[in-house]
Amino acid sequence: MARRLERLDRGIKVRSDDVFALNSWREMLYIIAPRVLPVLLLLVLGLAATPYWQRVIMQACMIGLLAISWDLLASVGMVSLGQALFFGIGAYIAGILDHYAGLGPWLTIPIATVGGAALSTLLLLPVLRLRGIYFSMVTLIMPLMIERIIEATKIFGGTEGLSGLQPMPHALVEIIAAMAVVWVALFSFNRMMSSDYGLILKGINDNDRAVMSAGLNIYLYKAQALFLAAGVGAFAGAFVTHAYQFVGMPVFALDYSILPIAGAAVGGMGTMSGPLLGCFILVPLNELLRGLGGMRTVIYAVLLVVFTVGLPEGIFHFIKRKYTQFERWVEVEQ
Amino acid sequence: MSQAILQVEDLSKSFGGVKAVSGVSFELMENQVLGVIGPNGAGKTTLINLLTGFVRPDRGKVLFRGQNIAGMKPYKVANLGVARTFQMVKPFYQLPAFKNLVLPLKSPRAKQLTGGRYGDRDAVAKDLLEEVGFERDSWVIFKQASVLPHGYLKRLELARCIAMAADLVVLDELFSGLSLAEVASLVPVIDKLRVQGKTIIMVEHRLRELFRIADRVMVMNFGQKIAEGKPREVMEMPAVRGAYLGSEEEGA
Repeated sequence: MARRLERLDRGIKVRSDDVFALNSWREMLYIIAPRVLPVLLLLVLGLAATPYWQRVIMQACMIGLLAISWDLLASVGMVSLGQALFFGIGAYIAGILDHYAGLGPWLTIPIATVGGAALSTLLLLPVLRLRGIYFSMVTLIMPLMIERIIEATKIFGGTEGLSGLQPMPHALVEIIAAMAVVWVALFSFNRMMSSDYGLILKGINDNDRAVMSAGLNIYLYKAQALFLAAGVGAFAGAFVTHAYQFVGMPVFALDYSILPIAGAAVGGMGTMSGPLLGCFILVPLNELLRGLGGMRTVIYAVLLVVFTVGLPEGIFHFIKRKYTQFERWVEVEQ
Repeated sequence: MSQAILQVEDLSKSFGGVKAVSGVSFELMENQVLGVIGPNGAGKTTLINLLTGFVRPDRGKVLFRGQNIAGMKPYKVANLGVARTFQMVKPFYQLPAFKNLVLPLKSPRAKQLTGGRYGDRDAVAKDLLEEVGFERDSWVIFKQASVLPHGYLKRLELARCIAMAADLVVLDELFSGLSLAEVASLVPVIDKLRVQGKTIIMVEHRLRELFRIADRVMVMNFGQKIAEGKPREVMEMPAVRGAYLGSEEEGA
């Protein structure tokens, strides 16, 4: 007798899109728990951690924001290999405004977010027409190019960078603000992707010619998505600049492009939550392995391969499937 | 006779050294059905791409209601009221069938026509799907497009044109890959479009069905228009028979 694994949806039957007909507290809990528990868990961890680990969590939040930004672009069909571009531009705008104009973090971060988004969008506007690998290649080159420009022209402190910037008001403000922005970005982008606007963005990824023949200007939508994603990345850059009171060429380094993608590979792409979860696993893991010195990268790489091969769908999708569906073995007749 | 909705003059396009479409001119009256036939590689799909803005012509004019739309961006052409289907179906695979129609319903044209009040959009989408032959109260409209059978995807293409409220509908081999029964069920849908006053261009290989629908047929070969006229007359022309069956000298 052959057997087959049957998967059935658990939970709430009366449901259309995001309107739930809730019949009991249990059902309410079923919907709310997976959204509220991670928020609370991270809050407790963030407040209870030592200053060192608070920094690690803050860093995970920022890389997580880059991952959310990456996933947003990927779901519009733009696979970015250059998240460092957004991050770096945001970081430098904040740094320059603070260093030369003396504006504090409360001003520089919002300006860097919007300004960085606009600048990144302008820089990438000419390549919006490119699809697939061509877009990716340009995004990969951009941050490295800017890095060299800064090195060669010695502007904005050159290789030394700008240091002695104003810090965030308080460590507690820093960690809470970091977490708050992550959750706001995650939930609002998720909400956006399930709206009509999000459908159009997904449609562009699926089939851009069909979107054109539906009378929609895909470049306009792509530019808007790019602006949003770049804004999130630029915020992360500006935030980190003030947290470390320093901005320099390393903000354009490959790390900031690769880590979010690694997070997406581990966590599972397509939902924004997946890449974020991946970053919350990878960044602290990176710190834990710091004691191993040179072997760290090797072990890190092996873990990455194990995750990707063992759970190609990503940890988030795996957990989600276990949560929303129950499985049972049923016997099938041959 | 009503006035011409589409006037094509000397339309040409080459890819490298290949003249995909060269010097094609024709006129289409309002509410007519024009069939475009020809052997494979005759330039039929390129012609459609030229008409709908997906390919920029090297030379020539496409006048839609007197306005030259040659070389205009595809989305602008679509918003003027020229909708098309694709030979290789292009649905939004991730989305459920009825959500596929959200995009055309969100287009500036559809918004303008309804004054932004299209009511319950999902219900409108479901109505449209019913119009092209989806069973209304079945699960098929909720199914992801990626798992729908080919016949439904073709209907979805057609539904997208209807959702755009197009005046000129360009169908690129709508019947290809469909069973006889499926074709038979689509013919009334096209008839209905016509009753609604739409003008239709059909590129088709299924001549029997095409001849039943089309008022006029244009025959293309090697990028050129070699004949135009009433369906039956066209098939009697020696040039057309030559293109389809090989010329007498070679064929005999």
